[in-house]
Amino acid sequence: MEHLHYIFTGGTRTLARPADVVGVVGSGNLEVLIESIAQDGACSIAIDTAAVGFGAIWQAVMTDFHARWQLADARIAINDMGATPAVVSLRLDQAVETMLEDVKGTAP
Amino acid sequence: MTSYVEATARERLARLFDAGSFQEFLPPSSRVVSPHLGQLNAPVAFDDGVAVGRALLDNRPVFVAAQEGGFMGGAVGEVHGAKLVGMLRRAILDAPDAVVLLLETGGVRLHEANAGLIAVSEVMRAVLDVRAAGIPVIALVGGANGCFGGMGIVARCTNAVVMSEEGRLAMSGPEVIETASGVEEFDARDRALVWRTTGGKHRYLLGDCQALVADSIDAFRAAAITQIETIASPALTLAALEQEQALLAARLDDFGHVREPYDLWRALGVPDPEALPLLEADAFVELVDSHRLEAR
Amino acid sequence: MDWHLLTSALFPQGSRIVEAQHVLTGEGAVGDTTIAVVGTTGHTPIGVDVALAQARFILQTVREHPGRPILILVDTQGQRLRHRDEMLGINAYMAHLGKCVELARRSGHRIVALVYDQALSGGFITSGLMADACYALPNATIRVMGLPAMARITKVPEERLTELALDNPVFAPGPENYLRMGGIQEIWGDDLQARLIEALAMDSNGDVRPALGLARGGRLLSQRVITAILAGQDTLAP
Repeated sequence: MEHLHYIFTGGTRTLARPADVVGVVGSGNLEVLIESIAQDGACSIAIDTAAVGFGAIWQAVMTDFHARWQLADARIAINDMGATPAVVSLRLDQAVETMLEDVKGTAP
Repeated sequence: MTSYVEATARERLARLFDAGSFQEFLPPSSRVVSPHLGQLNAPVAFDDGVAVGRALLDNRPVFVAAQEGGFMGGAVGEVHGAKLVGMLRRAILDAPDAVVLLLETGGVRLHEANAGLIAVSEVMRAVLDVRAAGIPVIALVGGANGCFGGMGIVARCTNAVVMSEEGRLAMSGPEVIETASGVEEFDARDRALVWRTTGGKHRYLLGDCQALVADSIDAFRAAAITQIETIASPALTLAALEQEQALLAARLDDFGHVREPYDLWRALGVPDPEALPLLEADAFVELVDSHRLEAR
Repeated sequence: MDWHLLTSALFPQGSRIVEAQHVLTGEGAVGDTTIAVVGTTGHTPIGVDVALAQARFILQTVREHPGRPILILVDTQGQRLRHRDEMLGINAYMAHLGKCVELARRSGHRIVALVYDQALSGGFITSGLMADACYALPNATIRVMGLPAMARITKVPEERLTELALDNPVFAPGPENYLRMGGIQEIWGDDLQARLIEALAMDSNGDVRPALGLARGGRLLSQRVITAILAGQDTLAP
């Protein structure tokens, strides 16, 4: 297993809900836990992955993710079992989209 | 998404119970993960593969659990089992109308071996404690991984089991039997035989499940509601167990020599047993209801 | 261990127990009390027939001898691995046995189990593990599955499992580990009659195994998870 951690700053979009989880920790898949938390505007991403040695790819995917969403005060935790970068991005986007809906379920 | 077999545990919870009513105990954000998987280099899940909590079912308060078959085959480890026990013990305090268990599991999680075995045993005791408290327990079995091992026993400790044709309910998987006793004994690659032996339709014919429904979350919801309304006295009684003893003894006497499930169905008086796997759930139930064995 | 030697040691005052197709049934005397005895021998697999036979005896005990304590003697290689047993619904027969044990408990019968030789997984989960308390002899083997088979299914190398099986209570077979995890109440080294008398005198207070596992250090999370859910907390107590 490998543990990776990223912190991004400069984001401005905050989340409406307290927490949510998407995905399942199965082969080729991952789960994303996303929480709204006061941390000086930072977006933090912690990854535990069964696929070892892909740090550079994770770095690229996370950088793209932050460029896309510019989240602030968001804590993201991932349990990964060998998902491709495309699936990782998909799950991250699904997680954010759920969190941007207000609690009545209407999209912004 | 209406298919039960294709849905995740959380999708099933969201759609089977009244919209927005599910409140989770120890949610993923609590991060109560397995303490044992790390030493085997296996990834953890924030909910350890099961979501437990309370919800409304047609406005009735219920306590619920849904196992995620996609994580470790839904198998029961220390935390997973303790979440089930915690929910069941809390149900005794809060007295909901029923407990509904969405079971999809290989049984004991081998990566946690001894802890998993003791945990499944504790779940079994807890289910029976809930029944003794006068609260019916319903099991829904319709996931791709089936309900196996010690949890296959737990399923038959509940008041009622609802299955789809896609679901399987058994103890040992066909691969384990083939490995132990040979391919002549049970060819695990003969999927049709596997489903004739352990699948929902066969269990319905034997009387080991009380309802056979289509692969739809709505159908499972409706059947769960019906079962809750049908169960008058959830607790074990001597009379009921003596009746079950007689039924199980008769099942053994009548069918203990039968090798092929089609022959068992034929012996029940079902016309054209080979056509049963092709029938839709409602048509199947209508055809076999006068022939199936009754057991509860 | 030979069951005749075992029952002589448990019941020096006398017992009448018979074996039929590896199923033991009968009674033993402890002081003025008669104890119902049921179980298996010969490391027999538990199939539909064996489960049903044990259940029949327990129901008969509840019907004919209200309040009589029940001793379950466990020696099994696990559930029977045959197509026939699965087709007939072995999970239902096992559940029936477990429900009969539970009914006996609810009806006021004290239930004690003793693993005197082997106990594997499914062969033990609805008998020994359903008792008020389960005990074991020091040389008993208690396990979920043999390491080679476990390695095949989990895809974890057998060498790694063997290494862990040395000192990790989760993986190691054997009563000491089940003791530490709370699955076994106590290991009976000697004076089996005295141990049995003590066991029969204990009160049943519900399923205390998660609490035992925490107190003994073998399972640090189970009880704390249960407590958190009961208290409506989202974090575990330290």
